[in-house]
Amino acid sequence: MIVRISDDALALACGADAVAEAFAKKGHEVHRVSSWGMHWLEPLVEVNGVGWGPVTTDRVDEICDGKADDICIGPVEAHPFIAGQQRLTFARAGKTRPTSIDDYEATGGWEGWKRARTMDPADIIREVTESGLRGRGGAGFPAGIKWKTVADAKNPRKYVVVNADEGDSGTFADRMLMEGDPFQLIEGMAIAAYAVGAQTAYIYTRSEYPHAIAKMEEAIRKAAPIISPLHMEVRTGAGAYVCGEETSLLNSLEGKRGEVRAKPPLPALEGFMGCPTVVNNVLTMAAIPHILAEGGAEEYAKLGIDRSKGTMPIQIAGNIKHGGLYEVAFGIPLSKLIYDIGGGTQSGRPVKAVQVGGPLGAYIHPDQFDIPFDYEAYAQADALIGHAGITVFDDTADMGAMARFAMEFCAAESCGKCTPCRIGAVRGVEIIDRIRHGGRKRDTIELAPVMHNAPKDAGRLPEQEVGLLTDLCETMKFGSLCALGGFTPYPVMSALKHWPEDFFGKGQEQKALDETTA
Amino acid sequence: MSSKEQKIGEIIAEHHGREGPLLPILHDVQKEFGFVDAEAETLIAKGLNLTRADVHGVVSFYHDFHQQPDPRPEVQICRAEACKARGVEALMADAETAAGNRVKLKTVYCLGLCSVGPNARVGDDLHARLDAAGLTKVIENAR
Ligand code: SF4
Ligand code: FES
Repeated sequence: MIVRISDDALALACGADAVAEAFAKKGHEVHRVSSWGMHWLEPLVEVNGVGWGPVTTDRVDEICDGKADDICIGPVEAHPFIAGQQRLTFARAGKTRPTSIDDYEATGGWEGWKRARTMDPADIIREVTESGLRGRGGAGFPAGIKWKTVADAKNPRKYVVVNADEGDSGTFADRMLMEGDPFQLIEGMAIAAYAVGAQTAYIYTRSEYPHAIAKMEEAIRKAAPIISPLHMEVRTGAGAYVCGEETSLLNSLEGKRGEVRAKPPLPALEGFMGCPTVVNNVLTMAAIPHILAEGGAEEYAKLGIDRSKGTMPIQIAGNIKHGGLYEVAFGIPLSKLIYDIGGGTQSGRPVKAVQVGGPLGAYIHPDQFDIPFDYEAYAQADALIGHAGITVFDDTADMGAMARFAMEFCAAESCGKCTPCRIGAVRGVEIIDRIRHGGRKRDTIELAPVMHNAPKDAGRLPEQEVGLLTDLCETMKFGSLCALGGFTPYPVMSALKHWPEDFFGKGQEQKALDETTA
Repeated sequence: MSSKEQKIGEIIAEHHGREGPLLPILHDVQKEFGFVDAEAETLIAKGLNLTRADVHGVVSFYHDFHQQPDPRPEVQICRAEACKARGVEALMADAETAAGNRVKLKTVYCLGLCSVGPNARVGDDLHARLDAAGLTKVIENAR
């Protein structure tokens, strides 16, 4: 019999190789497919459409006999987690062997590419614009407009660069797409390159994703004759979060420090090597083949709400029972994602907070769980969708510690270009520490007579420190060049706003602090 | 010509003609020697017609590149938000005990397995759903 088991990195981390080997030893034909995205069930084993998970090697015999009922989920496609989704970008997830070009073709692969090749590039760009597709990387900028700028630029040398530097905690959709359906990304890039007139296309991805890199490289080799003369290449980052920011990514690609560039000039006009460059996120690019296939743009624009069109692969992570990848049209409320689909926390304890949009996203309080998943609604709630990662925390989470971590992360990953971020984040950690330890004692420097404006009394109370922190966050928000410094205030201030009790008088290390600042 | 000089020369030649070859070269040099030291920086700078300061600026910017050798096996532990939510911090004391001086523990932020954390990586091997015992085993087995 044919046994289907994923070879996605997450499935491997959960022991998929050993399970696959056990089935192969029994003489079964094992197909290594992409992951359905039901991560709590990995390794998931599928035989004739019926699934078992999570499977360990000692259950292999039972599964061969059609038993192991306690871990059987019945027909995989009918599982409520799958049945409730609207899968466009991840339409092939779980169904194909990632680097099999035959599987790709058999499931509608290259149709967008074939049709695009018969079209005038300007018409392709018009269709992308009409579909309403917005960049999936976080900012939500309309893809068609970006493409048009590049297409209209005078320089004959142009580039397509895919931002696959998915560094946000709680996100894994890019990784899953690259590992599970690499040809779809390649097809999207080929269409983009053709539409704007680019000769070279790069995928810049994180060094933390060795499996995705290997799959992409294999797929590019196989697709080379189809997309020729376009040259395509994978480039590996070197562990700098800030390189997910498009201009620092371009610097890094050029072999420089990944420092953020000031805009203008826009990368669409002066991007890689100073040439006009389309920079799109993996999911944006992967949505393209579908949009370009017959009638795709119209179908795409029909999904979603208001100005948030199409579907969004939402990544449900953290302390959650049924975590994984859930692709659905925009507009779904958080409560549904967390409780109905996610099944509540893994620990069984009440949900305390949910961070949406990665490390730079706000912490959402359960009172706000009815806001619809949509760019504008989140912006209104002083939050962001980012890359659509949602990370769930139970009531044991210490939100003061999480706020501190946000500042610490910013300090560690700052590219150093601007002061509010480079220095502000360091000071942010210190202020949060002081708030948690009961405020600041007088410093020797503050006692010096030349420090006219320094407090001469007992130092600062925790409440005054909060004022300082708020001020600092404002400065970072409005004075930073990019999202790292500019958005770090979101997790910090949202944590402070909703869970102030986690900040004040935490840890009685007052004495230790007194000793260092006395 | 020292063997190091020769090897680095080969690596540079291999990437010659690529646009922005420095990062791929640094990755290969680090893979070959385990670190990128001053000597390597000088050689790379010469090969690419850059100053050593240019190269050093890049090497020191990225977390992946090491400037000194460290022969210990490295275990990367994800301590980003989603893994924190799944309890990685509570494992760290045991992890440090298990590591001792033999294994180098490196904190990383997100391995892209955020729904099944806490997670760790050793080379290209990934480990998910770790508890204290599981992580200890990963560390003890790290070579
Ligand atoms: S906000 Fe931070 S990361 Fe962004 S450009 Fe400024 S210093 Fe660099
Ligand atoms: S947060 Fe740990 S793997 Fe993503």
